[in-house]
Amino acid sequence: MDEQEKQQEFQEKIDSGITIEPKDWMPERYRSQLIRMMSQHAHSEVVGMLPEGNWITRAPSLRRKMILLSKVQDEAGHGLYLYSATETLGTTREKVIDDLLEGKAKYSSIFNYPTLTWADVMVIGWLVDGAAIINQTMLARSSYGPYSRAMVRICKEESFHKKQGYEMVATMAQGTPEQQEMVQDAVNRWWWPTMMMFGPHDDDSPNSAELIKWGVKSKTNDELRQSFVDRHVEEAKAVGIEIPDPELEFNEETGHYDFGEIDWDEFWNVVKGNGPMNRERMKAKREAHENGEWVREAAEEYARKQKLSKEKAS
Amino acid sequence: MSNSKESNYDTQWPLWEVFTQPRDGKPHEHAGSLHAPDAEKALENARDVYARRKEAVNIWVVQTEDITASTPEDQGPFFDPANDKPYRYPKFYNPPRAVKKRS
Repeated sequence: MDEQEKQQEFQEKIDSGITIEPKDWMPERYRSQLIRMMSQHAHSEVVGMLPEGNWITRAPSLRRKMILLSKVQDEAGHGLYLYSATETLGTTREKVIDDLLEGKAKYSSIFNYPTLTWADVMVIGWLVDGAAIINQTMLARSSYGPYSRAMVRICKEESFHKKQGYEMVATMAQGTPEQQEMVQDAVNRWWWPTMMMFGPHDDDSPNSAELIKWGVKSKTNDELRQSFVDRHVEEAKAVGIEIPDPELEFNEETGHYDFGEIDWDEFWNVVKGNGPMNRERMKAKREAHENGEWVREAAEEYARKQKLSKEKAS
Repeated sequence: MSNSKESNYDTQWPLWEVFTQPRDGKPHEHAGSLHAPDAEKALENARDVYARRKEAVNIWVVQTEDITASTPEDQGPFFDPANDKPYRYPKFYNPPRAVKKRS
């Protein structure tokens, strides 16, 4: 079979909903795009532990502390599911981690914003995890088997993340005037960065059409963003939170909320590495990697010695 | 990169495949993979990564390089012998009705 026939057969498999598995033939670009996208996703989970981890020691109660610890541990788990799934495409853990630490790979820009108060932790759960669920529910139907299976696992766990955040937002929105002001302030700061999580408009998103053709994605950035707005505006209303968008209005004709334009200059600026926390996050990751080096080496050496003494004994 | 080391290509430990048994009496199923220096650590990591919510009552780990798998190209020829043996299915047979209905 020549390349073109293989391509055609591949596309037919995708179109009839057959899952692509690691050892199946796939176009090189399908492979490289997935490695890029999945490792980026894995990095996001892992870097995402930093802004929330920042508040673990200052959680307002033991209950909230246990919940936050558990959530941050889940994010580590999600990163690991995704790194493993990425490795099935023929790359190695060393390579993808290296790409992150050298700044060659990206992660979600949302984590380049600081968590200034406890209310930020609440709002991240509600908005950021809420946005992630919308994206990940779609990816759970992705054409690449290992990616889709990792997503199914992640989606099951992620719903608790959002719920605990929304529960806290609802509680604080009924609190003292200071508490109400605090949660509203956090929403004001996180709303637009969260809207940016879905990426550029469809017209400016060069990868979208291809990823949709290949069944990696089934919805465009703008479609996903619209579902996010429709759902979260209602949730905001229910608890008396104001969405910081003067142009937000329900459109009777479309049945959706119309909303204002994202500040794309800010979006690209943060993507390019100039967000408030880009440097800090990368520094933390590099330090963690370097400081963990002796642990990795010691564990490997221990394993080697154990194996040797076992061999001697037998 | 201005690292003192030439690169970050240090060890991430060998790759292991994880199989979890969701409940007693159920077969083990592939859950995913992970890195660990040895089998004991691989089991612990598997518990922390793939069974944080009681997803398993038992876990197997096996080093990925020890697994031999058939390839997708094999799909036709490798499984061929099963293709022309319809007599391995009950549908192939036509016993008298009364016997067939016996519960």
